[in-house]
Amino acid sequence: MVETVKQAAASAQGAPYLRIANVVKKFGDTTAVDGVDLDIRKNEIFALLGSSGCGKSTLLRMLAGMERPTSGKIILDGEDITALAPYDRPINMMFQSYALFPHMSVADNIAFGLKQDKMPKGEIDARVAEMLDLVQMRKYANRKPYQLSGGQQQRVALARSLAKRPKLLLLDEPLGALDKKLRQQTQLELVNTLEQVGVTCIMVTHDQEEAMTMATRIGIMSEGQLLQIGSPAEIYDYPNCRFTAEFIGDTNMFAGPVVVDEPDSVEIDSPELGSRIHIDHGITGPKGMQVWASIRPEDVHLDVVPQPAGPNVARGEVHDIAYLGSFSVYHVKLASGKVVKSMVAANHWHENSITPPTWGDTVYVSWRPDMPVVLTR
Amino acid sequence: MHNKLSPFLKGVLVVGFLFLYIPIVSLIVYSFNESKLVTVWGGFSTKWYASLFNNEQIMSAVKLSIEIALASALAAVALGTIAGFVLARFKRFPGSTLFAGMMTAPMVMPEVITGLSMLLLFISMQQLVGVPTERGFFTIWVGHTTLCMAYVAVVVRSRLLEIDQSLEDAAMDLGARPLKIFFVITLPLVSQAIASGFLLSMTLSLDDLVTTAFLSGPGSTTLPQVIFSKVRLGLNPEINALASITVLVVGVVVLLANYLMLNAQRNRDKAIAAAMRESGAHS
Repeated sequence: MVETVKQAAASAQGAPYLRIANVVKKFGDTTAVDGVDLDIRKNEIFALLGSSGCGKSTLLRMLAGMERPTSGKIILDGEDITALAPYDRPINMMFQSYALFPHMSVADNIAFGLKQDKMPKGEIDARVAEMLDLVQMRKYANRKPYQLSGGQQQRVALARSLAKRPKLLLLDEPLGALDKKLRQQTQLELVNTLEQVGVTCIMVTHDQEEAMTMATRIGIMSEGQLLQIGSPAEIYDYPNCRFTAEFIGDTNMFAGPVVVDEPDSVEIDSPELGSRIHIDHGITGPKGMQVWASIRPEDVHLDVVPQPAGPNVARGEVHDIAYLGSFSVYHVKLASGKVVKSMVAANHWHENSITPPTWGDTVYVSWRPDMPVVLTR
Repeated sequence: MHNKLSPFLKGVLVVGFLFLYIPIVSLIVYSFNESKLVTVWGGFSTKWYASLFNNEQIMSAVKLSIEIALASALAAVALGTIAGFVLARFKRFPGSTLFAGMMTAPMVMPEVITGLSMLLLFISMQQLVGVPTERGFFTIWVGHTTLCMAYVAVVVRSRLLEIDQSLEDAAMDLGARPLKIFFVITLPLVSQAIASGFLLSMTLSLDDLVTTAFLSGPGSTTLPQVIFSKVRLGLNPEINALASITVLVVGVVVLLANYLMLNAQRNRDKAIAAAMRESGAHS
């Protein structure tokens, strides 16, 4: 835990470019955004990740100016923009549906924002050409949006939102409208473009893979609150709560009281596991406190030979096998009925000359004492 | 898929179409009748068309009807579009339900009631403020506009609800102010709905008899009124000729509109297919 805080502090160095200070948004009786504090650095790609209805889109709309916060402040580059109208903000947004104007050509779509600024025509043409080159859409300049494929529309939408050189770019589910294969290819292309331009960027997504691939930092949102902020690795390796641990990646969660509390180790009694979970570092908290231990499937060892009984070991039978190519996920049912997931590399059995276990076989799951992450909420 | 119709269904279809179209066909045929008697065939002639065009009463009624239809449609489109925009985009304001109800009331209200109440309004206005001085073009125009703008509002509203609202959000995000967004983004997107609202208004206005009867005065007789009064005095082949011309005009306009719409749709589909093929080839 201490380590997590230190890392977060280290990564937050440098003056914040955008500061979201205690922002609250209420719609009648429901609170969509509940006291969010967030600092964004210049040229960062930050992802707000959460399931639908968690308040991430409302937060984005408040940044764009489409919604006014009930309370709190939004400060961009030293200027308080909380009460500024959307058309006066140096912020542009790429919409989930792309929102390309159907009655205008690609070039006119990109020029739209520049025309609102009364930019001279020569400069507009130059900027539009520059943007078309940036997204490699020059030869489509005179097409109408409906004459473009989904991926091309996404690139035009990006060019349009970058044309005014905004201080902050907002991306609302940037690749949500594309099919899966195209999405993966476009993720890196989009990041490259954003880095090339050097724009500060906040994206909203419910797709954790998209957030992990594209963002430098991720904020996990649930029920209007920011639960955890950190780099993708920090969030995956050191989740600070059960929601994050279960939302990002897959995990095995065991609940139980702390029964042994030493300075350099703790033991948690887990009725579901049928034994204790031994962890080789101390935690802050009294003995008897209810905690949760999260162990990632890739950290769970699977053995076919009997293991000595003790902490961090349990016997069960293979309930299900999900074959996923380079690895398989074994679902092992323990005596308590709890299913533990274990990820095994495809060549593991072959390299160790072991016959792979199959449905109904008795197996043993175990993990190293440094693998479980202890969560208190 | 059962593409073949049973003989019974075919028979029903034919009878149905005959029932609908025999009266119209006979009307057109008898408009070329030599005889003055509508029901007796006396040989081919176009004299009723000639006498129709020389009938000053009918011609001035046609002119007045078209003028009123154009003026009412213009006013109805202007007011109805604004009303439709408010209904679709301003979600909650005090009295919005009342406003929505009042907007659509002229559509469901019996025309006799609308016409009578407007007549009473104009009479008391004349007594109180002296305008309108007489019943005629102006009063008919107000009456038709009231009726037509309800239809325009409904058509424009439903089109606006179909349009992705993020288009307007995007325009605002890119720096356009609300009034500019309305003219540059919203209006072009609902232009088809406005056009159909305009045509619908013209049709309603050209067709209207009941409201007009209450609101017209001496010297301002519209085409439906002329036809109605003439038919009451007995069937007249001139009216047959007039009706035939109307059928011809309407038929041509409908066919042309269908052709243009079909063509636009086909071009659009072609362009989409081409874009799909191209992106498939590139990726």
